[in-house]
Amino acid sequence: MKIAFTPSPIQLSAIRAAVFVVALLPLSWLLYGGLTDGLGANPIEFITHQTGTWTFNLLLITLTITPLRTLTRMHWLLRLRRMLGLFCFFYAALHFTTYLWLDQFFDLHAIARDIFKRPFITVGFAAFVLLVPLAATSSNRAIRQLGGKRWQSLHRSVYLIGIFAAIHYFWLVKITAVIYPLSYAALLALLLAWRIKRRIASYGPYPAKPVVSLLPIQFFRSRPEEKTGG
Amino acid sequence: MLIRRPPDVAPSEITEPALYAGRRKFIKAAGLGSVAGALGMSATPLLAQTTRGTRIEGVRKSPLSTGEKPTPYESVTSYGNFYEFGPDKDSPAKNAHRLRTRPWTVSVEGEVKRPQTFAIDDILKWAPLEERIYRMRCVEGWSMVVPWVGFPLSELIKRAEITGNAKFVEFITLSDSEQMPYVRTPVLDWPYLEALRLDEAMHPLAILAVGLYGEVLPKQNGAPLRLVVPWKYGFKSAKSIIKIRFVSDAPRTSWMRAGPREYGFYSNVNPDVEHPRWSQAQERRLGEFLKRKTLPFNGYAEQVGQLYSGMDLRTYF
Repeated sequence: MKIAFTPSPIQLSAIRAAVFVVALLPLSWLLYGGLTDGLGANPIEFITHQTGTWTFNLLLITLTITPLRTLTRMHWLLRLRRMLGLFCFFYAALHFTTYLWLDQFFDLHAIARDIFKRPFITVGFAAFVLLVPLAATSSNRAIRQLGGKRWQSLHRSVYLIGIFAAIHYFWLVKITAVIYPLSYAALLALLLAWRIKRRIASYGPYPAKPVVSLLPIQFFRSRPEEKTGG
Repeated sequence: MLIRRPPDVAPSEITEPALYAGRRKFIKAAGLGSVAGALGMSATPLLAQTTRGTRIEGVRKSPLSTGEKPTPYESVTSYGNFYEFGPDKDSPAKNAHRLRTRPWTVSVEGEVKRPQTFAIDDILKWAPLEERIYRMRCVEGWSMVVPWVGFPLSELIKRAEITGNAKFVEFITLSDSEQMPYVRTPVLDWPYLEALRLDEAMHPLAILAVGLYGEVLPKQNGAPLRLVVPWKYGFKSAKSIIKIRFVSDAPRTSWMRAGPREYGFYSNVNPDVEHPRWSQAQERRLGEFLKRKTLPFNGYAEQVGQLYSGMDLRTYF
């Protein structure tokens, strides 16, 4: 499957601006609801659920970029990935802040107890902690300092974060709502299975067909279009 | 090859769009009709249509009510768990309109001299209806204060003519996939079954509720008849009851079958016994920002504590 569309630099900027605005919509919705008393009977629970859901949504969307890019050869999609990943972290931070502030009201004793005693909070907290270095090393400078290979192996921890997020979700719902974590886990499994399959294929001495996507991701100091002439 | 299958719905069964569009009017009319019927039969209680629902007249106050401020009507009727209508807190309010609460009968069977079936409109005349303002604590960690309208459960037990073998009483909720779309999902072992020990059921705090906020019980809150046991987690208070069965052995309730480690038979509100996955020490009262401490037996320890004297509440959670 090859889709010919490659945006011009201006189009790409427009796409990125659009993604930026769309990714802020869930937050705007919460703010609007909060100001107009529109978050239902249990607003704190609603905010907790919404920020958590959007963290997971953005995690899955971020993990979809590489398969989508490989399948469609639309390599420019990679240029959206950092922003999507950072938005995932942004909503995770909001989710964590909601828990600390609105839910527990900085009751440090209760929070510490939760983190050590409630497995769903332990694993959710671990996922958030693991996200921090990924967000911190998202700049071009960090990539250069780490070097592409090390940067990439560090950022592979996002797979573990995804698994932690799924466990967090499974452990916090009652059986009656298990459809939600089940759906998220299924999507995550699909995205991870695609990667495992590709990895296994790469072990074979003679790949049946040349796999373009196996080329290591290259990092450029400036826009690759300018450098390579497209 | 084209295999012709008869359509699932015969054309004669399809509701005309005009009728469908006017369904709310129809529902209102039906409501008024039943009110007129009730008035015609020298009925207690008296009912009167209000903008929100159908008011129940002649409800007595009760000394067993709490003086705490009731949770707003909007919250009580828009937020809750009624899994027959969906997995989310707002699912019942969205989907419970499909429930048909008339005609409605409740069968009483099991360890009784003779099984009986009662029509809901007869049940309503058994005893004077009382307002019982109770705290309600959900096992999930939120709570509200609800002004129920109902009568003591003991009034039903009195009429059931139970045998000496009756030690427990089961409450069984309607399970009709046509009215309750989510009983098709196998998340719980439908029909929903809850149960009490007989002495718990005889306790004056245990009521069968038929209304809230002085009005006929909204469908999403378990119309037309539900249990309310205020010292236990909310899920013990079965909604939309169609069957009450007296038995000799401790029943396995729906939630015990779903998670025996997480949900015990007693499920008394207890801040000291954690749910395996979360704490029960605190709760968020709807409408309040800060959490409050959860009280043993949901604040009813003085009234119901003696029912459990000598029992290890960690074992019998």
